[in-house]
Amino acid sequence: MFPGEFEYHAPETIEEALDLLSRHGSDAKLLAGGHSLIPMMKLRLASSQHLVDLKNLKSSLSYIREENGDLAIGALTTHTEVEVSESLQQKAAPLAEAAGLIGDVQVRNMGTLGGSLAHADPAADQPAPALALEAQLVAQGPGGRRTIPADQFFFGFFATALQQDELLVEVRVAGLGANSGGAYLKVPHPASGYAVCGVAAVVETDGGGNCVKCRVGVTGISDGAYRATGVESALEGSAISADAIAAASAHATDGVEPLDDYFAGADYRRALAATYVKRALTTASERAGG
Amino acid sequence: MAQVSIEVRVNGSTYRKEVEPRLLLVHLLRDVLGLTGTHVGCDTSSCGACTVLLGGLAVKSCTLLAVQADGAEITTVEGLATNGDLHAVQEGFWEEHGLQCGFCTPGFLMATVQLLERNPDPGDAEIRHALEGNLCRCTGYQHIVNAVQNAAGKLREAAS
Amino acid sequence: MATKFFGTPVKRREDRRLLTGGSQYTDDLQLTGMVHAAIVRSPHAHARIRSVDVEAARSAPGVVAVFTGKDMEGVAGIPTAWLIPDSDLKTTDHPALARDRVRYVGDGVAVVLAEDRYQAEDAAQLVQVDYEILDAVADQVKAVEEGAPQVHDDAPGNRCFLFNTIQGGDLDQAFEDADDVLSFRTTNHRMIPSAIEPRGCVAQYNAASGELTLRMTSQNPHIHRLLLSIVLGVPEHKVRIVTPEIGGGFGSKIAVYADEAVMAFCAMQTGRTVKWVETRRENFQCTTHGRDHVTDVEAAYTNEGKILGLRFKTWANMGAYVSTAAPGVPTWLYGLMLSGVYDVPAVGLEVVGVFTHTTPVDACRGAGRPEATYLLERIVDLVAQRVGLDPVEIRRLNFIGKEKFPHAVAPGVIYDSGDYDAALDRLLEMVDYEAFRSEQAEAREQGRYLGIGLSTYVEICGLGPSSIVGSTGFQGGLWESSVVRVHPTGKVTVMTGANPHGQGEETTFAQVVGDVLGVDIDDVELVHGDTDLVPMGMGTYGSRATAVGGIAAFKAAQKVVEKASKIAAHQLEAREEDLEFEDGRFQVKGTDQGMSFQDVALQAYLAWNLPQGLEPGLEAQSFYDPSNFVFPFGAHACIVEVDAETGQTDIVRYVAVDDCGEVINPLIVDGQIHGGIAFGVAQALYEHAQYDESGQLLTGSMMDYAVPKPGQMPSFELDRTVTPSPVNPLGLKGIGEAGSIGSTAAVANAVADALSPFGIDHVEMPFTPQRVWQAIQQA
Repeated sequence: MFPGEFEYHAPETIEEALDLLSRHGSDAKLLAGGHSLIPMMKLRLASSQHLVDLKNLKSSLSYIREENGDLAIGALTTHTEVEVSESLQQKAAPLAEAAGLIGDVQVRNMGTLGGSLAHADPAADQPAPALALEAQLVAQGPGGRRTIPADQFFFGFFATALQQDELLVEVRVAGLGANSGGAYLKVPHPASGYAVCGVAAVVETDGGGNCVKCRVGVTGISDGAYRATGVESALEGSAISADAIAAASAHATDGVEPLDDYFAGADYRRALAATYVKRALTTASERAGG
Repeated sequence: MAQVSIEVRVNGSTYRKEVEPRLLLVHLLRDVLGLTGTHVGCDTSSCGACTVLLGGLAVKSCTLLAVQADGAEITTVEGLATNGDLHAVQEGFWEEHGLQCGFCTPGFLMATVQLLERNPDPGDAEIRHALEGNLCRCTGYQHIVNAVQNAAGKLREAAS
Repeated sequence: MATKFFGTPVKRREDRRLLTGGSQYTDDLQLTGMVHAAIVRSPHAHARIRSVDVEAARSAPGVVAVFTGKDMEGVAGIPTAWLIPDSDLKTTDHPALARDRVRYVGDGVAVVLAEDRYQAEDAAQLVQVDYEILDAVADQVKAVEEGAPQVHDDAPGNRCFLFNTIQGGDLDQAFEDADDVLSFRTTNHRMIPSAIEPRGCVAQYNAASGELTLRMTSQNPHIHRLLLSIVLGVPEHKVRIVTPEIGGGFGSKIAVYADEAVMAFCAMQTGRTVKWVETRRENFQCTTHGRDHVTDVEAAYTNEGKILGLRFKTWANMGAYVSTAAPGVPTWLYGLMLSGVYDVPAVGLEVVGVFTHTTPVDACRGAGRPEATYLLERIVDLVAQRVGLDPVEIRRLNFIGKEKFPHAVAPGVIYDSGDYDAALDRLLEMVDYEAFRSEQAEAREQGRYLGIGLSTYVEICGLGPSSIVGSTGFQGGLWESSVVRVHPTGKVTVMTGANPHGQGEETTFAQVVGDVLGVDIDDVELVHGDTDLVPMGMGTYGSRATAVGGIAAFKAAQKVVEKASKIAAHQLEAREEDLEFEDGRFQVKGTDQGMSFQDVALQAYLAWNLPQGLEPGLEAQSFYDPSNFVFPFGAHACIVEVDAETGQTDIVRYVAVDDCGEVINPLIVDGQIHGGIAFGVAQALYEHAQYDESGQLLTGSMMDYAVPKPGQMPSFELDRTVTPSPVNPLGLKGIGEAGSIGSTAAVANAVADALSPFGIDHVEMPFTPQRVWQAIQQA
């Protein structure tokens, strides 16, 4: 309820922010929207000596741009901005749909895309569409910028490829073209609203009812979001049908150790993942137009 | 720890304060500025009783540091009525019995103001979705949904 | 009496302040010189305290004082006020701060006072408690097993009480006559009341006058005054309890808690005004929980579907200590309802109250009656299935007919009035039951699983006749008092010992009194929640405020009119019997001579010309003690759709027909029903306070414990029937808990109905997706 003490910094530039990260190392924590960090500070489950508030970077890191068919989203773009963006709704539907299902209105007004991805909560929504859309995550560190593919970004429980002195600055996705469709479907925890199971699916067809490419990102099921590659390879190259989708969905948790808690045990999570992969693939296929 | 100087504009009045960085916005409003209409009902950003408008956006003031609001325009429940005339949302809640104990009400009012700005003619399901960030233990939500519809009608009428 | 206001949907008079931030809840109080308290609580369910080191905390910035259980040794234990007789009840010592042992996660160990709340929290973290962790038990069935960890040394086998007083009819004969017997074990799982306003208090002590003032979240300030006076050793007339605005209670603000006693102690020790408001985590850990029964049911029935006898054995989890009203909830409030709306000749109940290392359990909206209704409604549906009757038919077959009221039921009370068929008829009409059954059949062919659940309930409320509640061991009367004070200008103050906290009595009582006195409701102000202003009272709970407190106000207002009539007659030089009083005016019949109620009020205080021997002034007090309880009832239907792949249950429709007798304000009654239904639906679908084996509360925050959100509740379709109660002159019954009593069972029956194609006839609550999915997998 009452956070402990810390020193507060509000850098004016990305460089200043990076400098603070370099100087204070693991004693520093970044504050974007704050909707993951502040509740933990209030419960005194998280503490830091230095809090680096990114609010002054909003003007430079909050945007949704189209560049040569790609979409570039600033890391401090809020979930609300992602949710209502027409270009994201049209070209990266899973991202916009997931944004609209995060927390609640108040949380979406403050929480940011970059904050959510960098925090890597195993039950967060946005990692799933980032994986399914093969997002490129742009990190800036003392040595400049580097791009990390989404499937090399998440490393399980609250762990990412970001270095201590790096800041996630941008998320890039290739917009979905003709014969492509995507969807995000979710089972929210009834209390927290976090994903007990969240599935983002992207399907591309040859225009003749055959799946040429399929990407599936799954969150909430295990200690980190993952690509369901077994599902993808099972569907790619097949004629899309209810049976084919159902058969592919059976691979939803291949090689994955599901979480097991009182609300949803491992067996149940496996079943949920398969069902939601099936449903997300079905919607994505319909949107792909056959 | 060093205090930080902030300036906020709340319900039209400007305040300059020295605050501890860890001070939550809701405590700035309640304990420092004496605006106790904004309530605290949980520790986890769940209940929404602390909802205020920050730069026009509904936010949970228990999940923001006061320093994050430096320079911002804030509206609390105390700032909804003008010259004693209730806001259409307040009228709607009153007419439809959209409140019982009243503790969650300020948060619902502020969330509803934003909801109706974004969607002047919402369906019942849209109302329920847009108010997911607010918990009420008394009403079962039915009268709150009716209240929002009532307020929406009033605002549409005023706009036309 | 002309009824200008009675029965009309008047907008609530309390709302303007609530809508504008103009109300003051406990946490809003800022008093000069106030310090803030934080309580250090046990992280263990069961441990011996080896030592408590408060030195670091004492020297932390801003700290005013730190106290531990040893410092509070002179303070009496937290009392229990419902001493159920013939049950060998063990109340055990409950120190306000633990001294040598902690018995649940959240048990208070020390208290820190500091100049601000952040500093108090900082310092609380510096208190070092050395615990020797002991084995714990959270489950009441395990707790009574041989060798289970013991909660209290003076309660062997963790037995808090054994209650078997409710035995009505010839049970042995009933089971002998039966064609068959239905037996099953089921649970009414634990809930957390979760008022959105947490508990809190501001304690002030004037050492010079010896007066202690506690501004606190209370449903019953006079009870708190009495009991805290005993705990603290401060004479009752020197204790003042004020309840600021209260943000919901649902039973959780009835009990006397350790925390408020601790704050009073701190104020008395330091001379500082002390404020404490619990966090939500503390609320979940330390404010009383509700329900938590495991019950073995045996139902004797005939092949025709007639229920002949019911035998129940219940293990009621009491938690670590016996809370204020706790023993009465799983015994009397539960047991008296165990034949429900049905004419069951024989009912027997045995309840084992069990200590566990968990948060104490006490009243929670419905308190005992939802538990009973859930069992009965499951029983009738299961019997119906076995004998091949429709759920509607079995209910009609077993209902107590409307011609039988007043009706003595086997558990031992007399129902005042009822017409259960009428409520069910209206319900089925609204639902279009036959049409639903066809829709259900079609849906099943498409692999969609719809189900309908009926729940026909009755509740005992309007607590209650003092002589009867006294015989149950309740340590008080359950009358209610009211003062109606007319001011010289004719404006009216009504004082009530009920203590509204969301139920709208500032409006409904004004409607009642306004009608009696013939004054506008805006000229009537309700005063409550201050023991220095309100002479006496028993509070708001048990759906009693209106049916008991409202009648007290009504009767006090009538006494005022009687006196006013004497004054008017004298002033008008007429005989009293020649006066008529209508619409606020005394009129000499058949003349144009008359005077207004306001003029009479002025004359009463001027006292220049009063009848011989009549005292000046115009006010009256009533202590109303009802002659019986009241018994609201209703019929609810819930239609659900279950997603067989995920186990997700969605409510498609919720229809309710309730009967609370005469209705003062239909808008408020509907609001009470909505809230009640939501509470019960939430129990069935979402809410479940769960402990692990070591006694840790797994659902310890609103991120884990699902207080329902707007989108998780359906729209409600309501109607009512009106069967006035003969118990009181206004024909009122209670309505605050009815929804919660009827609804849980309706959802449970709907889920069972939806799953019947899988051969499933029963699933345990709550119907979380996983649980329903597992049931389908195992079918």
